[in-house]
Amino acid sequence: MSQPESAVADAQAGGRSGQEPLAKLAERYGLRRAIARPRFPVYLRQLWERRHFILTYATSRNVSKYSSSALGQLWQVLTPLLNAGIYYVMFGVILGGRGGIENYPAFLLTGMFVFTYTQRVVTAGAKSISGNLSMIRALHFPRASLPLAYTIQELQQLAISMGVLLVIVTATGEWPTWFWLMIPVVLALQTMFNIGASLVIARLGAQMRDLNQLLPFITRTWLYASGVFFSIQDKVVGSAKLPQWVADVMYLNPTASYIEWMRDILIKTHHTQNGHNPPTMVLVSCVFWAVFSLGFGFWYFWRSEERYGRG
Amino acid sequence: MAELTEELSQVKGEEPAVPGKDVRVHPNPEPQGKRPLDVPTGTPTVIVDDLHIVYRVYGTATDNEKGNAVNALTRLLKRQGRPQMKEVHAVKGVTFVAYHGDAIGIVGRNGSGKSTLLRAIAGLLPPHEGAVYTDGQPSLLGVNAALMRELTGERNIVLGCYAMGMTPAEVKEKYQEIVDFSGIDEFVQLPMSTYSSGMGARLRFAISSAKTHDVLLIDEALATGDREFRKKSEARIRQIRESAGTVFLVAHDLKVIEETCNRVIWLHKGKIRMDGDPKEVISAYNKG
Repeated sequence: MSQPESAVADAQAGGRSGQEPLAKLAERYGLRRAIARPRFPVYLRQLWERRHFILTYATSRNVSKYSSSALGQLWQVLTPLLNAGIYYVMFGVILGGRGGIENYPAFLLTGMFVFTYTQRVVTAGAKSISGNLSMIRALHFPRASLPLAYTIQELQQLAISMGVLLVIVTATGEWPTWFWLMIPVVLALQTMFNIGASLVIARLGAQMRDLNQLLPFITRTWLYASGVFFSIQDKVVGSAKLPQWVADVMYLNPTASYIEWMRDILIKTHHTQNGHNPPTMVLVSCVFWAVFSLGFGFWYFWRSEERYGRG
Repeated sequence: MAELTEELSQVKGEEPAVPGKDVRVHPNPEPQGKRPLDVPTGTPTVIVDDLHIVYRVYGTATDNEKGNAVNALTRLLKRQGRPQMKEVHAVKGVTFVAYHGDAIGIVGRNGSGKSTLLRAIAGLLPPHEGAVYTDGQPSLLGVNAALMRELTGERNIVLGCYAMGMTPAEVKEKYQEIVDFSGIDEFVQLPMSTYSSGMGARLRFAISSAKTHDVLLIDEALATGDREFRKKSEARIRQIRESAGTVFLVAHDLKVIEETCNRVIWLHKGKIRMDGDPKEVISAYNKG
């Protein structure tokens, strides 16, 4: 590009011959280099100190999102309702995907709402760094605040969607049981998984500019693999005549696991052998993905902290 | 961001022109020898040591290789990678020392590396070569990046304060002060998208200067706003200086710089052309 060597020589000769080097001067007055990545525990503490920013940012985004529409915040309820209607007509009535499932509306909507939570977090997370470059280039804060804020924004939306879901499910004849108390537990585990996933995808999205174009295809494949419209067991083993282990592996997919557990809680005819409890495999998978994703996500994101917004 | 890339593309444009001219461009800044005597403490706050910044810029493709699917495919097949990625050497070996109580104006033409230099001092851009040493965390007066136009001034004040790392108690304490300083009165209840550009600029400056900064970097923030507000913000800058902080000010309005700064650095094509007393440097700068 240009001639750094000559420039270096120029600056080195510049005015300071015989005086102490600037690095020494900086050391003497305790000045430090501006760019450094904090150690991992320090980083987590800095993030915690920024919790007010993260929460305010998430809420502000939710408020500003609907500020230009006439119905305003009502869309937070309308969007999941309309989605539910479309999916029911499409897959329940026209394609007739009911199979042997007794309460298909509840089955479908539970799967759809649980999956949408993860899908929206991943899609938003991929843009959380690349879409906020001007902020990253102007302000100092732990960059993980951004994917975290996006996840919390989706969590706020989910709280409304879950309310809608519970009303619909009750309307289809599934009465509330004590097992509904487990719903927050499942959502907490899924949120842990989502935070980790959004951190990983945020770093990938910051480094690979084409990811945003690819992401819709990835999430759609994920949607079909998660058994939102059909029972994995029935289709894979029953219709396709594949061996049982294929279905078992598919249930280990994190979103499939969270969906299954939620269905077990809400729908009494789902997995009748265990009552409202999920199969052990599903339970283990849910907990494993939550813990693994959260830990790995923070670590993976932190490793690249000083490089976001550069280049 | 937009203004940054714009400035960069100009750097790139100027790059190949007249290399010989650069020879007389670097008249040994001698930062220590030239210190004015009115420095109160004399301890350095920012040391910039032979700093080089190299940028990679996307999307500066020439017309015949722009966003056309066939061209993109040909490039992929030929394994050419991304030809639209250009390297820009924006700052080339800048060296100076800033002290407590300094207000340093930075002047130079578009694309001379002023904004880049500020971002490097703020620790937001990594040095390609050389180093920046600072006392504490310099902050760029750039809170506007965190604000949202659709939200009310009220919400934006809270959001902006948190974005700068304040605690809830500090936000409560500063809130009224920010509203008073910005002078937007009852408009604080309205979305920022309804503000005039002057009002928006006033609110942004009020928010970002509400936090006490040791080293404050200001990039063209004072250009907008009416006379009265300009007086106020100049007073605020003086106040920061007196509390033994250091202020860097980039502005095209030379009068603002002459009135607020005690030292001026003239950047030209990424190098320091002159560094010293505001009157001298500005009169030299005006001559070209």
